[in-house]
Amino acid sequence: MSPVSNSTPALRLRNLRKTYKDVVAVDGMDLEVRRGECFGLLGPNGAGKTTTIEICEGLTAADAGEVELLGMRWETDEKALRQKLGIQLQETQLSDKLTVNETVRLFASFFHQGPSVHEVIAQAQLTEKRNARVGGLSGGQKQRLALGCALVGDPELLFLDEPTTGLDPQARRQLWDLIEEFKAGGRTILLTTHYMDEAERLCDRVAIMDHGRVIALATPRELIASIGIEHIVEFSVSGSAFDAGALHVIEGVRGVRHDNGSVQLQVTELHRAVPAVLEELTRSGVMLTELRTHSATLEDVFVTLTGRRLRDE
Amino acid sequence: MSRRDNPLIQLTLVRFREFLREPEALFWVFVFPLVLAAGLGIAFRNRPPDVVKIGAVGAPLTKSLAAEKLLDVTQYSLPEGEQALRTGKIALLAESSPQGQIAYHYDETNPDGRTARMLADSAVQRAAGRADPVASSDRLVREPGSRYIDFLIPGLLGMNLMGSGIWGLVFTIADARRKKLMKRLVATPMPRSYYLLSFLLSRLGFLVVEVFVLAGFGVFFFHVPMRGSWVGLFLLCIVGSVSFSGIGLLIASRVRTIEAASGLTNLVMMPMWVVSGVFFSASRFPDSVQPIIKALPLTALIDGLRAYMLQGEPLAHLAVEMAILCGWLAVCFTLALKIFRWR
Repeated sequence: MSPVSNSTPALRLRNLRKTYKDVVAVDGMDLEVRRGECFGLLGPNGAGKTTTIEICEGLTAADAGEVELLGMRWETDEKALRQKLGIQLQETQLSDKLTVNETVRLFASFFHQGPSVHEVIAQAQLTEKRNARVGGLSGGQKQRLALGCALVGDPELLFLDEPTTGLDPQARRQLWDLIEEFKAGGRTILLTTHYMDEAERLCDRVAIMDHGRVIALATPRELIASIGIEHIVEFSVSGSAFDAGALHVIEGVRGVRHDNGSVQLQVTELHRAVPAVLEELTRSGVMLTELRTHSATLEDVFVTLTGRRLRDE
Repeated sequence: MSRRDNPLIQLTLVRFREFLREPEALFWVFVFPLVLAAGLGIAFRNRPPDVVKIGAVGAPLTKSLAAEKLLDVTQYSLPEGEQALRTGKIALLAESSPQGQIAYHYDETNPDGRTARMLADSAVQRAAGRADPVASSDRLVREPGSRYIDFLIPGLLGMNLMGSGIWGLVFTIADARRKKLMKRLVATPMPRSYYLLSFLLSRLGFLVVEVFVLAGFGVFFFHVPMRGSWVGLFLLCIVGSVSFSGIGLLIASRVRTIEAASGLTNLVMMPMWVVSGVFFSASRFPDSVQPIIKALPLTALIDGLRAYMLQGEPLAHLAVEMAILCGWLAVCFTLALKIFRWR
């Protein structure tokens, strides 16, 4: 194994393809993750995020394409690679009967190097729970333990597949802190998520995936800027039929979506658009029942690119 | 940096911990066989030989019949005696006529009656001074080794080794697969052979306890003979247990759910519980199926255990049984490794 310079990317995918029976899960992915960055794969369920990350993790074989991690390949360097990767799978249930300490100790025993069991448990903020059975931990604690198990080998590249799915807001923020701490050590992270706020907070760059392809790739800020919309105005009206088409002509309104009495406007200048919209509503004689504005997010980027929401609620 | 633990030891410890923290498993592996052995041992314990109740009319006749230990004689008047015979209180009524002839009243279709007739007549004749032309004596065989409990303990031991060998492995692997824990382990640098080896090592650990508890229980409480050495017994049990682990691994090689695992396991184990001679001798089945029964791993193990414990056959004489067990191991293990699903 030749020494790998830090200029090689942490991860490089070329024309990756994977088909399950009649479903194309990954449809020609090209991707490059730089060393030291936190890279996010953002997309709705079924976009191919998990398949992509599991191919990278060497758990699923691709039908075609190339995977290069830290300058190495699964076919030739599996043993060395396994030592350098930290992996957290989407739905692993660790053994309920073992304690936190026993679980971390088991995982640590597989790696040649890495922090001590004690340090990993402290890092996962589970020191008080170290002698508790895994079965008795809360969802957030279990997820932190799973993250701890991914960190026992002091990985150069960390894979996180939907690390905070199903957690309450507080537990999510706790986990984000841990991930940021790891990131601060200069290591590379590839994470998948369908939470736009998670991607915006953690990721240096984001690839938006849909139907097995990358449909946009940039920093979260660039992506949001790319759709040319700064704000979203949402309102609901009651009463007589309302012609949303009239709103198009208002200055600063870039797009109008109208369904079931709820209207969504994509707007560049909030301070001009909102008064104009209110004026238009007054003129039409409809009752405003709800009004909300927010700055554009990755969610809006996804909606703009695909016409669909990230999560079908 | 701290020195790392040995992964094989850690995996084996996990096997022990997971098992010991499952109270139900502990019950089925260690307590249940003991309860079964104790229950059956008491139910089928050896009683003293049956004594046949008979009646006799007249004091002298009663006295001469009482000399026979296997007869319990009561003196009756004739009508009372006939009444007792009709109601089944006695199996035979002996009556002597004034001329000194003896008449036996009994039902010749009743085995007790026929036995009583022979015993009573021989007692009467001997009391009257009959000399037997051929001298005979009795050598009673009732030593440990031929009782039901002696037969049962090796059978239960074999059954237990099969159950814990197959079920322990199948359940844990199916569960790890269902929880995606196996996939998670495979994503680490864990050597896969260590994962499988950890099952083998933990089995060997539990086996010592299982064999000692069950065989020890039989030997100390029921005085089941142990004509071979304990070391040899463990050796035999290890071969059997490893063989069942191979079968377990094959069953577990692809199952994804506990339901499928338990169905397959029962399909494999149930027939052997019935035909392999756990509770009664396998030779009761027709000759035509005997070759098949003999080739089953549980039959081989139980036959081996009985021969070793009860008859004191040296291990070398159990080569056929050992070969059958090793054969099952080789075939199942090879096949299991080929088709094993590591996720």
